Amino acid sequence: MTEPKLAPDSGPSTRHPTGAEAIVKTLEELGVEVIFGIPGGTILPTYDPLYASSIRHILVRHEQGAGHAATGYAASSGRVGVCIATSGPGATNLITALADANIDSVPLLAITGQVGAQAIGTDAFQEADIVGATMPLTKHSFLVKDAAEIAPAISAAFHIARSGRPGPVLVDITKSAQNDHAPWRWPVKMDLPGYKPGVVPRPKQIRRAALALRQARRPVILAGGGVVRAGAAARDALVKLADLSGAPVVITLMGVGALDDSHPANLGMGGMHGSVPAVAALQNADFILAIGSRFDDRLTGDLDTFAPLAEVAHADIDPAEIGKNLRADIPVVGDATEILRGLVEEALAWEIRPSYSRWWEYLNGLMKNYPPGYAEPSDGRLAPQYVIERLSALAPRDAVFAAGVGQHQMWAQQFIDVSGGRQLLNSGGLGTMGYAVPAAMGAQVANPERQVWAVDGDGCFQMTGQEMVTCALNGIPIKVALINNSSLGMVRQWQTLFYGERYSNTDLHTGSDTAMIPDFVKLADAYGCAALRCAEPAEVDQAIERAMAINDRPVLIDFQVSRDAQVWPMIAGGASNDTIEYARGLAPVFERDEF
Amino acid sequence: MSTHTLSVLVENKPGVLTRVAALFARRGFNINSLAVGPTEHPEISRITAVVDVEELPLEQVVKQLNKLINVLKVVELDGLERSVQRDLLLVKVSASERTRSQVIQIVDLFRAHIVDVGAETLVVEASGTDSKLTALLTLLEPFGVRELVKSGTVGIGRGGKSITESALERAAK
Repeated sequence: MTEPKLAPDSGPSTRHPTGAEAIVKTLEELGVEVIFGIPGGTILPTYDPLYASSIRHILVRHEQGAGHAATGYAASSGRVGVCIATSGPGATNLITALADANIDSVPLLAITGQVGAQAIGTDAFQEADIVGATMPLTKHSFLVKDAAEIAPAISAAFHIARSGRPGPVLVDITKSAQNDHAPWRWPVKMDLPGYKPGVVPRPKQIRRAALALRQARRPVILAGGGVVRAGAAARDALVKLADLSGAPVVITLMGVGALDDSHPANLGMGGMHGSVPAVAALQNADFILAIGSRFDDRLTGDLDTFAPLAEVAHADIDPAEIGKNLRADIPVVGDATEILRGLVEEALAWEIRPSYSRWWEYLNGLMKNYPPGYAEPSDGRLAPQYVIERLSALAPRDAVFAAGVGQHQMWAQQFIDVSGGRQLLNSGGLGTMGYAVPAAMGAQVANPERQVWAVDGDGCFQMTGQEMVTCALNGIPIKVALINNSSLGMVRQWQTLFYGERYSNTDLHTGSDTAMIPDFVKLADAYGCAALRCAEPAEVDQAIERAMAINDRPVLIDFQVSRDAQVWPMIAGGASNDTIEYARGLAPVFERDEF
Repeated sequence: MSTHTLSVLVENKPGVLTRVAALFARRGFNINSLAVGPTEHPEISRITAVVDVEELPLEQVVKQLNKLINVLKVVELDGLERSVQRDLLLVKVSASERTRSQVIQIVDLFRAHIVDVGAETLVVEASGTDSKLTALLTLLEPFGVRELVKSGTVGIGRGGKSITESALERAAK
């Protein structure tokens, strides 16, 4: 332990470090390497010791960017992402990113300054009750008014963020606590009597799930984001389970990478824009073994008609997820890695191997008849799917991708060939437009030696694109594939399908035959980034190759794509998954009789 | 719908009641009543919540409450044969010289008390189950109820078991 720093006028009360110093020392002890943030009035005291710290601080241009960057850092590395902001607007600007991390279970620590303890409740300048505001959007939060409480609170917050079901934790610290002196000790004893995250899965429940899997005739293993968050050991166990059992695997959006896309058991993603084989497998399964999935509405569609024939084993680290949306016949509470390893143990002991040959015959037929595909646009513009397909083919195998939200996000899921967990980062639950650029920034910081791409849309990019400045100035050479269809594409697709082609407020005028405001190439140039434009299919590869050759600054490629391209397959919102259409008006019929 | 009484032991810290109340609101759970107060341990408070839900949502209520970091233990109090549950009622009833004795008679029948006497009113204090207090009120209403205040239900299990003790044991582990 280092000696507490002496303040210049070291009297008895100033022999201990300040609260601000305690914040920085605590973060250092916790192994935090990087913080994304913006200083301001009430967090100023902390920025002073931070200036001298070994912790790298990345000065973002908007606090939302700090939050998503911390998320990208965490989601791509498995470590806790840290962001910091001042009180009032600084803190409220973080809220979207906190809500995003909360619903997608991202381990995040957010530190905010608060007005002095005496001023709380007086509507002081830049005062906002951020603990109150974020209660429903964080895993937990702390308000610290006493300098002595800083180390215990941050330490507890860090522990809560990364243990159990991960999530964002906010620590709001008054300016007075940052300025006051108090003893600082390390390690601190955490006082969390109501928090017991380490649930050991019950062997009996694992045995029941394994037995049901062996006895099933049409099983599906459903791998959700919980498997990805649990890390490489969980992924390895999932591969073993798939190989040992021979059961097909369906992934959720957050579960992308839980099993390599190329693994023969992987049927693709389920849900609204899932693959036909994946959706059909869930609908016709007689047993679903779900691990780390919330069964959210984008996956299940109309719940009453979801997987009508299936017995369900639901494994999750959060007991509240089990039975929340879907009935669970076999609940298993615990860590995905432990549960999957337990299931593998059981499967290894099987004397009779299950045979799902008829089931696979059916699924293989669907895979053959309904492969991922797309129609060539008729307006002479690029097919966005082609761009993403080429990006996947040309980028290194270990490249990290962060998608925005909307059509390009679904195409990224469909056409990027993922061969690892934490490789395709998504805002799955909240669906936060503007996620991609800052998340890619965070991922690049966590993975300096890997290539990191943001697959973004023209709408999304305009929400957080200013973080290109942060990337340019801090040596964070992310690459942005801007899928520019000059519109809010997913909303436009719904207007085409469900609102009689009445395009209310979805035209963004960023295409090359429009007002072209902004011109993304000029904008990226102004941000200190390299920028290319690509409008011809023959130039797509070249543009990607050129972008990959630039590593001294961020690059943006403005791909001029067709605005009429649509995401298929699709299940209309709230409809039964039985009504999936492979392409517009083309609905496969599921013949349940054949089982 | 059926009524369930939950005893929620929480850390005695600022904002905990807000977290519990907000959880009920945002998950769409209906609360009939909520009562909060100290326990025999200064660091633990006890919330009694009466909720109106079906069996499955009740399980969700309990699980969601357990997810709150400051919640130590959630126990459903079984029916009245295995727990004691009481509400407190204070009611200001109109009582003229002519009707006062009738009111007093009703109050005595219910083993309630008169805690304040005014020229034209009486303040009645009664405790008991929700149904007893409803019956009392039905009889008092014809005299004219001027003002009424009722606490949320508080409840405790019958027999020797203490949920605070078991919560503390669990926390110490």
